[in-house]
Amino acid sequence: MTTSKRRKPFALWLGAALLLALSVLAVVAPIIWGDSAAALSSEVRGGPSAEHLLGTDPLGRDVLDRTLVAARLTLAMAAVTTLIAVGGGIVLGATIVVAGRRVRGLGERLIDLMIAYPPIIVALSITAIFRPSVGSVVVAIGLAFVPQFARLTNTLASSVSSKDYVVVARLVGLRPTRLLFRHVIPNLAGPLLVLTSVGFASAIITLSGLSFIGLGVQEPSYDWGRLLAQALQDLGVNPIEAFGPGIAILITGLAAGLLGDGLNQFLDPRGPVRRRRRRRAATSGGADARTPHAALLAPAPDAVVSVRDLTIAASPESVGAPLVRGVSLDVRAGEILGIVGESGSGKSLTAMAIARLLAPGLHWSAETLSINGADVSDAREQTPVRLATDVGVVFQDPSSCFNPARHVGPQITEVARVHQGLSKRAANELAIERLREARVSSPEVRMRQYPHELSGGMRQRAMIAMALLTSPSLLIADEPTTALDVTVQADVLQLLHRISTTRNMAIVLISHDIKVVSTLCHRVCVMYAGRIVEELTVEDLREGRVCHPYTRALLDAAPRLEPSARQVPLIPLPGRPPQPDQPIVGCAFADRCPLVTDRCRQEDPALRALPRGGVAACHVSTGPLEDLLVTQ
Amino acid sequence: MTSIIPASAHGAPGGGAAVAPRVRGGAPWSAFLLRRLGGVAVLVAVLVLMTFLIVRLVPGDPARNLVGLTASTEQLQAVRSQLGLEDSLGQQLVNYVGNLVSGGLGDSFVTSQPVSRLLGERLPVTAELAGLALAIVIVVGFPAGMGMAAWQHKRRVRWGDSAFTTVTSLGGAMPEYVTGTVLIYLFALKFDLLPAQGGAAPSEIILPALSVAFAPMAIFARLVRNETSAVLGKEYITTAVSKRLPSWRLYLTHVLPNVVTSTLTLGGLLLVALLGGTVITENVFNVPGIGTAVVNAILQSDYPVIQGIILVLGLLAIAITFAVDIVLGLVDPRTVSAVRSQ
Ligand code: SF4
Repeated sequence: MTTSKRRKPFALWLGAALLLALSVLAVVAPIIWGDSAAALSSEVRGGPSAEHLLGTDPLGRDVLDRTLVAARLTLAMAAVTTLIAVGGGIVLGATIVVAGRRVRGLGERLIDLMIAYPPIIVALSITAIFRPSVGSVVVAIGLAFVPQFARLTNTLASSVSSKDYVVVARLVGLRPTRLLFRHVIPNLAGPLLVLTSVGFASAIITLSGLSFIGLGVQEPSYDWGRLLAQALQDLGVNPIEAFGPGIAILITGLAAGLLGDGLNQFLDPRGPVRRRRRRRAATSGGADARTPHAALLAPAPDAVVSVRDLTIAASPESVGAPLVRGVSLDVRAGEILGIVGESGSGKSLTAMAIARLLAPGLHWSAETLSINGADVSDAREQTPVRLATDVGVVFQDPSSCFNPARHVGPQITEVARVHQGLSKRAANELAIERLREARVSSPEVRMRQYPHELSGGMRQRAMIAMALLTSPSLLIADEPTTALDVTVQADVLQLLHRISTTRNMAIVLISHDIKVVSTLCHRVCVMYAGRIVEELTVEDLREGRVCHPYTRALLDAAPRLEPSARQVPLIPLPGRPPQPDQPIVGCAFADRCPLVTDRCRQEDPALRALPRGGVAACHVSTGPLEDLLVTQ
Repeated sequence: MTSIIPASAHGAPGGGAAVAPRVRGGAPWSAFLLRRLGGVAVLVAVLVLMTFLIVRLVPGDPARNLVGLTASTEQLQAVRSQLGLEDSLGQQLVNYVGNLVSGGLGDSFVTSQPVSRLLGERLPVTAELAGLALAIVIVVGFPAGMGMAAWQHKRRVRWGDSAFTTVTSLGGAMPEYVTGTVLIYLFALKFDLLPAQGGAAPSEIILPALSVAFAPMAIFARLVRNETSAVLGKEYITTAVSKRLPSWRLYLTHVLPNVVTSTLTLGGLLLVALLGGTVITENVFNVPGIGTAVVNAILQSDYPVIQGIILVLGLLAIAITFAVDIVLGLVDPRTVSAVRSQ
């Protein structure tokens, strides 16, 4: 990332500088070297010498001079060709967009079809009609590229014309041509510039190619393509002759390509400066903050999962400013543990770390990470295959978690087939049984369908069935209902609840929604800025006995569950959580906390048992906090 | 590089209500096929019209151009009728199409041979060249691109991506005639390993095929790299990783099909572009294929040959595009059902 960031302006400037130098050359070369390029000499097909650096051609003319002089004709031809191709393409592509719907559909289809013809066919036809010459080859290649540029403009313009301001302009009754020149084309200026550079690069290469094979520039005129063709004839005698025109074509093509690429990256808003180096000041009291709550120190002997001091960082250098800091937790069989927090709080990363599914670029470490008593905390070691059968994972978006190119069935059965050696038949039967358990209608049919043929809720059920296939002892559900319709959400939650009771399974449920968590879970960890800030039972949560100001704020911002409390106005949580690349000193919640003190800004509070009950990471709170604390 | 491919082909049909199960060969498939065949029909019609117009659009009198100013009226008349220029334009088109349907492409003005015979001799050479070039592009480009993406996914070497991008950009910018010149110099003149003259024999076709394949290979490798990285970032790959499959299985069954799908469309365009590269390259190595034939024909105003070859090149391109569409439909079911939603 950092390297490509440095490359961007470089490519742009190099391309622009080269093209500028070439244009200057095109203007001055025939004036300076015009005569010497035409001067005949007795030294025919001579090798390189001090007088003729690239040797001479069959008529004894200096190859270097001729290459320099040919820049004018070659570049001028390429420029006109580009003008025809890009100009024609823009007019065609943009006109189709602003024309009525019917013309638009027809036109787009026509362009799609025209692209099927290779440009060379059009170019050959036109040179055949008008006889090979400078004019015919320029028109030929220009026209041959029109459909491609029309398509590109069309795609670009469609995206612009669906923007609000264009829709408004159309509603206001602006004429199509005005719409085109006022609103559509100006917004395309950047991308079109890119297109033009790319067009110029292809023009120079194709033009030279046609001249090279004799269908372009004719004697006595010459461009680089013709010079290269001549050099090919002389290759046995004076190979260096090919060097001039060959390099000239390459450099020009590359310069235009570089300019296009550079512009593209420069204009792409998503491109540069997205990944800033994450560097945070070392958290003061960090060691203290990492000390897990006393109650958690000894791993519970019957825990299905045990995590101690899990830390995740974006890169080895940013270990001082981790994304997840000192997370410890246990989940027992039959227990549903909820992890709740805003996006970016590290809850999903925590879940993925437990399943050993973190993206390869992330760095993590844990003092303990054991699943069913097996230690899997060594980040360098390959993940044990057993995890595939011991841990089931349900992801957030069922529409993207199934491979769209494969049938549902084989995807569900894969683990059993690969790791348990089940026959296809047995695996299918097992899968159908699980699908039935997950309340998927007509499971036999689903097995033979593609993911896109299932509804969203159905896909999520199939995903759950897949996770349950090998009867794992732990299920990790990462926002399992977020992507679903509200009506389906409750069903899926119910399904998870039933699974946990009937199978006596440990479930880790990740959610940003405190309501979801309090409906389904037995125990809840609240995460904020990469840490667990409070751990509590679901009874305490439901009854509002929460100790951390952040949990309090979350509750106050969520609609109340009890009907009697419906009238209580919601209090939105003020401010935003710290960005991952912001330095955090002291308590991460300090900026948004109504109880903040000076100590909070200096020292990161540890997760601890509070004097009046509860477990939270806060200097000020001594126990359950009342509703009314947000008074500021 | 520009991608000339619309994203629309992959519009996800989204998660509406569950769709009734469908079997290949059912209604969506015939709709899909019909639609594609309709496109092919339009393309062929336009192509035929284009070749028909080549002679008719020639400025001045093409017959006079051919026979020269000194020719007698009878000679002129003879060439006229040979070109089919005597009737009304509509009648001419009817005759032209009629001839085509019965397989007649006319005779060459220069050699008086039937154009179909010329095509019969030369098309196989061109097909061999293009086919070999395509094989090189795929056999080298695909593993290179996919391997690079897999390696980067695992190791994340900082300079890796930009080095690969630079190399493939440079390679992709090499026109086939420059590559060809370099190859002739190196392999034919300097080391005398392979002949500079191209032909159908294995030793004669290697250099031309390498010239045609070089730039597309680089572009293809980059494309495959980008597509593979994109696929590796998808959530369904995380799902697959959670299954702890051996990595060959992960790549073969979960990554490869999707990369192939997304690569096919551009791969088809690349193949069509390869045809153009073949025409040029044949002239570098003097390969006796249709590329050299068409250039000679243009230089000699041998209209029947020009028409025949352009027709064949166009039909080839259309056939390739059609084949890619069909394969895409077979591999990626969404392509087929997308027809319904349109
Ligand atoms: S430590 Fe201070 S800033 Fe942090 S939550 Fe407690 S009171 Fe608020």
